[in-house]
Amino acid sequence: MAENGFLQAAWFLLIGVLLVGYAILDGFDLGVGMQHLTTARTDDERRILMNSIGPVWDGNEVWLITAGGALFAAFPKVYATVFSGFYLALMLVLAALILRAVSLEFRSKERGRAWRTTWDVAFCVGSLLPAVLFGVAIGNVMRGVPLDGQGDYAGTFTGLLSPFALCVGLLSAAMFLMQGSTWLLNKTEGAVRDRARRTANLGMAATLVLWVVVTAWSRSEAPALWDGFGFIPAWLVPVAVVAALLAFPVLIRRGRVVAAFAASSAAIAAMVATLGIGLWPNLVPARDQGVSLAVSTTASSDLTLTVMLIITVVGFPFVLAYTAWIYRTFRGPVHLDEHSY
Amino acid sequence: MDVEQLARIQFAITIGFHFFFPSISIGIGAIVLVLETLRVRNRHGKADTYDRAAAFWTRIFALTFVVGVGSGLVMEFQFGTNWAQYSAFVGDIFGAPLAAEGILAFFLESSFLGLLVFGHGRISSRVRWFAALMVVVGTLLSAVWILIANSWMQTPAGYQIIDGRARLTDFFAAALNPSIVPRYLHTVASALTAGAFLALGVSAWYVLKRRHLSVARAVVPIALVTAFVGSAAMFATGDMSAKQVARTQPAKFAGIMAIYSTSTGVPMTIFALPPTQRAADIPQGPELQVARLLSFMTYGDWNAPVTGLDQFPAQDWPPIALSFLSYHNMVLLGTLMLLVMAFGAYYLWRRSLFRRPFWLRAAVLATPLPLIAIQLGWATAEIGRQPWIVYGVMRTADGVSRIVPAEQVAISLGLLVGLYVLLGALWLYLMRRELGHGPAPAPGDGGDEAALDELPRHENALRAGQDVA
Ligand code: HDD
Ligand code: HEM
Ligand code: HEM
Repeated sequence: MAENGFLQAAWFLLIGVLLVGYAILDGFDLGVGMQHLTTARTDDERRILMNSIGPVWDGNEVWLITAGGALFAAFPKVYATVFSGFYLALMLVLAALILRAVSLEFRSKERGRAWRTTWDVAFCVGSLLPAVLFGVAIGNVMRGVPLDGQGDYAGTFTGLLSPFALCVGLLSAAMFLMQGSTWLLNKTEGAVRDRARRTANLGMAATLVLWVVVTAWSRSEAPALWDGFGFIPAWLVPVAVVAALLAFPVLIRRGRVVAAFAASSAAIAAMVATLGIGLWPNLVPARDQGVSLAVSTTASSDLTLTVMLIITVVGFPFVLAYTAWIYRTFRGPVHLDEHSY
Repeated sequence: MDVEQLARIQFAITIGFHFFFPSISIGIGAIVLVLETLRVRNRHGKADTYDRAAAFWTRIFALTFVVGVGSGLVMEFQFGTNWAQYSAFVGDIFGAPLAAEGILAFFLESSFLGLLVFGHGRISSRVRWFAALMVVVGTLLSAVWILIANSWMQTPAGYQIIDGRARLTDFFAAALNPSIVPRYLHTVASALTAGAFLALGVSAWYVLKRRHLSVARAVVPIALVTAFVGSAAMFATGDMSAKQVARTQPAKFAGIMAIYSTSTGVPMTIFALPPTQRAADIPQGPELQVARLLSFMTYGDWNAPVTGLDQFPAQDWPPIALSFLSYHNMVLLGTLMLLVMAFGAYYLWRRSLFRRPFWLRAAVLATPLPLIAIQLGWATAEIGRQPWIVYGVMRTADGVSRIVPAEQVAISLGLLVGLYVLLGALWLYLMRRELGHGPAPAPGDGGDEAALDELPRHENALRAGQDVA
């Protein structure tokens, strides 16, 4: 069949956009959850943290669901290979995300201390685990995945836990920590905000260090990723990562917390874009001799890609419009009332 | 156990658990929207009553919704984890509705639910109504897309197999495949009915206990009319489904009706024990049949021929007893539901409903019936489809992930079952709590006693505990 390279590239890009959207938006939810036990200490403080993401976390999670659906539709073989290959890791992520979701809803329904503490811990673990495991998954894709002749995963569960992949896991956790703290700077006041400011700077420093380590290490662990950077303008993207990360503490010191959130989000977007440039034209490179899962070999039919593009072009502007409107409606610091969690 | 069996058990448990919650969400969402509309319109000058009713049912909705979200997340990825061969084969067609569901439905419902639940004080009364509307539109749209996906597996259309992968050739033929319309109507009607039964059962219980009377009395007529119309709609849409199955999935039809040999003027079996009895080697037991009815119901002709299982090789038969039992018990429950609600509708029309403690008790007991029927309905549709994962195209055994070791599926199955038992128990516990609290009392109101005094005279008899029927 004659395949349309433009459509396939568009879907590679769109899935990247969905992942960036997820990392920026649910990234701050996960980042808030990770520091739930440390940044918030009293019961009211913990309720404030949960309510700061209360109206939006589910909408944010839909970015992940849609990315999953879009991957299934546009590159079915990749969806099948990655999720069956990373089976147990993905099941853990799902269990953690379920715990996170229900702990938000359940925690404040009972007064008991044990009840609330249990859900506080569930919320923290349910946020931390996905934050790390998403990075581990990305780390494995970066190194290349052992694939057999039919493009199926040929490795083991423990094979996923290489030092390099774990390091990328730490990076994604640090990145979300930075993002979550910056969200809290916009949403809280007083002692919580002071703690969030310290965490934000810590998260930023850890992100920068880990990113440099991962990048340097990828020279030997994932040399193929560097091919895309033979094209000199591509270097603007990693430069943007560093610029955004360095601007971040300055903006925080000046109290420009909205701009700091934008800087942190830009850093995340540029990191994902760096990875995208390295991967293209593959989605999942094979380790050793296997055949990589490339955009052109795994894409769905042009008709499917076209129909989905139409649905996206028609539907997504509405999503962006009402999402922006809802964020505006809830702007400003959180105050608890009888409708809060 | 092998990977296939484990994966099937896991799929049946996760979808069965998941679907429990969406049915309630769709149904209660609709009730909330009606209450919100009455609030905004200030019907009968009772805006405040409707406000408290809407807020109460929104809390129930949110509690249910979150479990639906958590379990739905598993569904979205489970095709890739456990059914990788299937996913790679059909992604071209099956993936698109899942992606569309995210863009066109999940964003809508989850974003506006945030507004509905947390918006108090930040949004106007009309915007709140609009948020409720968008949530309901979102749930109904999500059902469109997921049921397109599911119906395509039942009655595939608009595709071609090229290089071992199903490829979309006609989007509208695939989306508007032969079973989508009956399935959508039947499934959405079942969800609306389930929500109405829940709202009705809870409100009837409050009336019996003489608690939260103003809110309970406002909800009862709405829920009762919905439950009555919905139960009747189950027959009408179920009939559409059955006719469609007979034409497009004859082996499933023969399975759910337990028809072994092809003949004309086929009777309808209402009851049979054991359900598989007409297989040659199984002894006859008691049974109840209506002569020629199946031919007539299906084809409008008392003598029409109906294809039996003898037309299919045995390896293409669905599990007969399970299909037969799920289907017949669904219909039995539907009959029971309609019976209860027909009495209720009559009493409502005669304005004697609140003097009928016996009926109110029946309404409380009937609360879970639609939810059970829904599970049986899906079992009918899905077990009846076996041994195919895509009817007539791909076998379930060929769809399972090749490379996932059985131990890993066993681990995930244990993990999910543990989690779901916990979630189910917590959901029940918190529901009981919420229902125990009930809606907020009217401001400056002595509580229910005052509301009780508003009752027309004859209904005060209930307060005195007398049955004046
Ligand atoms: C979008 C697709 C889809 C949807 C909406 C449903 N199913 Fe399904 N079902 C499948 C897609 C599927 C499947 C992937 O095709 C399975 C897995 C194994 C199989 O044979 O089909 C399946 C199997 C399956 C089985 C096991 C059958 C067997 O192994 O013999 C049961 C009991 C159900 N389903 C029940 C349900 C229920 C209660 C649903 C209510 C929501 C439901 N299904 C919706
Ligand atoms: C196997 C197929 C299914 C998959 C993959 C699936 C997927 C999902 C996902 C990922 C969510 C969470 C969305 C969020 O975060 O807001 C969800 C929730 C939901 N699903 Fe499903 N689902 C399936 C079956 C169904 C069916 C058959 C229906 C309806 C006919 C349905 C209706 C809903 C609704 C209304 C919600 C919102 C949450 C709720 O109401 O509890 N789903 N589903
Ligand atoms: C009373 C008469 C009823 C009839 C004749 C009937 C008929 C059917 C048939 C033939 C199917 C299989 C459709 C297929 O495989 O494509 C089905 C499925 C189903 N039924 Fe019923 N049904 C009835 C009542 C009910 C009731 C009372 C409920 C629940 C409230 C219900 C819920 C469902 C559900 C959720 C499904 C699966 C979705 C679908 O395939 O449509 N049904 N029904």
